[in-house]
Amino acid sequence: MPDPPHRRRAHARGSDLERYAGLFAARTQVMRSSAMRDLMAVTARPEVISLAGGLPDTSTFPPQTFAAQMTRIAQESAAEALQYGPTEGFRETVDCIVEVMGAEGMLPDPEDVIVTTGGQQAIDLLCKTLVDPGDAVICEAPTYPGAIPVFCSYQADTIQVECDAEGMRIEELEAALERLDGEGRRPKFVYSVPTFQNPAGVTMSLQRRRRLVELARARELLVVEDNPYGLLRFGGEPLPPLYQLDGGDFVIYVGTFSKILSPGIRLGWMVAPPPVMDKVVLGKQASDLCTSTLTQYFLREHFAEGGWREYVESVAGIYRSRRDAMLAALARHFPAGATWTEPQGGLFVWATLPSYIDTGDLLAKALREDVAFVPGQSAYVDERGRNSMRLNFSAGDEEEIREGVRRIGKVIAEQVELYGALTGERPVAPEPRAAEESPNVVPFRKAEGE
Amino acid sequence: MKVAVLKGGRSLERGVSLRSAARVEDALGRLGHEAVSLEAGGELVERLAAERPDVAFVAMHGIGGEDGTVQELLEILGVPFTGPGVAACVRCIDKSLSKHELRAAGVPTADWFAFNETAFRELGAADALVGLEERLGFPLVVKPSRGGSALGVKFAEGAADVPAALVSAFSYDSRVLLERYVEGRELAVGVVGEEPLPVVEAIPLSGNGYDFEARYEIGRTSFVCPAAIGEGEAAAVTETALAAYRALGCAGFSRVDLILGDDGPQVLEVNAIPGLTDTSLLPQAAEAAGMSFERLVERILELALAPTAA
Repeated sequence: MPDPPHRRRAHARGSDLERYAGLFAARTQVMRSSAMRDLMAVTARPEVISLAGGLPDTSTFPPQTFAAQMTRIAQESAAEALQYGPTEGFRETVDCIVEVMGAEGMLPDPEDVIVTTGGQQAIDLLCKTLVDPGDAVICEAPTYPGAIPVFCSYQADTIQVECDAEGMRIEELEAALERLDGEGRRPKFVYSVPTFQNPAGVTMSLQRRRRLVELARARELLVVEDNPYGLLRFGGEPLPPLYQLDGGDFVIYVGTFSKILSPGIRLGWMVAPPPVMDKVVLGKQASDLCTSTLTQYFLREHFAEGGWREYVESVAGIYRSRRDAMLAALARHFPAGATWTEPQGGLFVWATLPSYIDTGDLLAKALREDVAFVPGQSAYVDERGRNSMRLNFSAGDEEEIREGVRRIGKVIAEQVELYGALTGERPVAPEPRAAEESPNVVPFRKAEGE
Repeated sequence: MKVAVLKGGRSLERGVSLRSAARVEDALGRLGHEAVSLEAGGELVERLAAERPDVAFVAMHGIGGEDGTVQELLEILGVPFTGPGVAACVRCIDKSLSKHELRAAGVPTADWFAFNETAFRELGAADALVGLEERLGFPLVVKPSRGGSALGVKFAEGAADVPAALVSAFSYDSRVLLERYVEGRELAVGVVGEEPLPVVEAIPLSGNGYDFEARYEIGRTSFVCPAAIGEGEAAAVTETALAAYRALGCAGFSRVDLILGDDGPQVLEVNAIPGLTDTSLLPQAAEAAGMSFERLVERILELALAPTAA
């Protein structure tokens, strides 16, 4: 039998390119540099130890359980599970969401909940609903790297407010709001990941949470609380979510099952006041009609068995050990002058190096040692963050984390030494430190005057 | 004809390579050739021996693919291949070496100094920096000697910027260049065989000429082909580009990047194997000259198989 015909599309010719160029929407022009994209593409090589991704570890979910649950769906609900569903999501899915939010002390009205295709779609729908080109959106500095392309694609004017060990600095937020007032502008929303932040790993203090919520009420300002990691706590007392403090008037809540069950099922949600929700539902309808019914059925099965919290706790236990391994490795292998955050939960550590090290360039060097991380620049819309990096501790096991950090430490040490040779500054001899002292575990930026 | 398309590799330009190769494979299919896609990896030699292609189309960029490594292997295996030979690849990939060759051949290129990491680490070269900075003047450009993309290329506006720029550049290569910054229009000339293609101009849209990462990027840079320059200027640019191509011993096809400043054209670098993606400059220039991508690919194959080719 002859080979099937070559099916890949014919690639554009040069002249076609010009033709397409006139068709692209203006919002496609705010993209990241292709050089950085090419660099990140190399991180996908199989031999690379990647501390770059944000992947949860799905390897401990028992395959037998998964098989039994999916079999039950096939036997009992095949037709429904293969059919379209309501745009807002199934009521049973919303019940699971209410249960998860209840575990963090929140009591949302089920009517205010919409099931989305991952938390990412919730961010996208909010922008679609609220943001016109040029509108101001405020977020943390650094912020979730995956939110930036969303803000950019809606041509938002993204304003980043510095974080420190206690999360977003509210007085800087107030200053930013004053500036906007002066320009006669009102930001469409403030986007925050207050708990175990991606990428910085920090958690907003209770005092700041209260102030943020007060500010939202006083100014009628929408705050988007993105909380993928709240249940992945390794220690200490949980803080009330912004949504709980506010009661849902000005805080829009975004959640996801990605980190507490599976990112592959693409199930997230949003809780918003009814007027906003009405528009969001229309937006969701236009985007994809409804979230996957099949995975909503899977979620229902998983929750019906009653062990979802135990599963989250088991995963959190694994991540706690991995975080410990990472912090110990950082203390051992990163040079004097480097600092990093000590997350009490979540998936990420944020490390900051001496100012002369550009972590984008460092990544090229690190890739030759077969290790990868996310350069800090990805978490900013401007030139900040060039000497920082995000390190993930959920995806790899402890041995990989130790080895990965050791390799990164090695390339940093080479740069530190070279800089010393170039400037005549003798680098401080890296003394082996005991993990328990770890003097470098400090906020990545000290709050001033607080 | 059976054509092995070599692609991928570990270089930082792997992504570009995969896109170039995909487009070449499509064109080969439309031309009626049998394209065999070969990922550059541990099994490359074995695969080449098994497939016994008539010719290899090297669609690889950067270290490993564009630096003579793969070319040397193909020579040993006796497989004819597209693009420049080993020696030309070795000269082009290393900007320091190619600038020496260009100077020796009388081809204009900006003043520069090159350093090995060892010179700084072990020989105290940092002490010599001040004198060099004075001779080159600011701003100057610091770049890794090897590497085709904008990664690691930095401007230094003053002496204080130089050490960090060097640390960045040394992240990509053990040798770096400090180069006099030439202000002017950014041009590129593709050469196929001995035939120059029309001059392309890259005009950054952001207005920030210091943003190297915006260069050659759709949406942040606009490309004009043929460039809107005078006939005399175009002739001078083309002549300089051809001189550079010959001085480095290029054959098959390559792309010469130049700056057209007040003192005429100066060669920045020669890309032994330029990108062949749908946004790459050389195919666009060929198109502007009335040469379709298929015809370009066919011509590159002819040159690889011509008895005079190196």
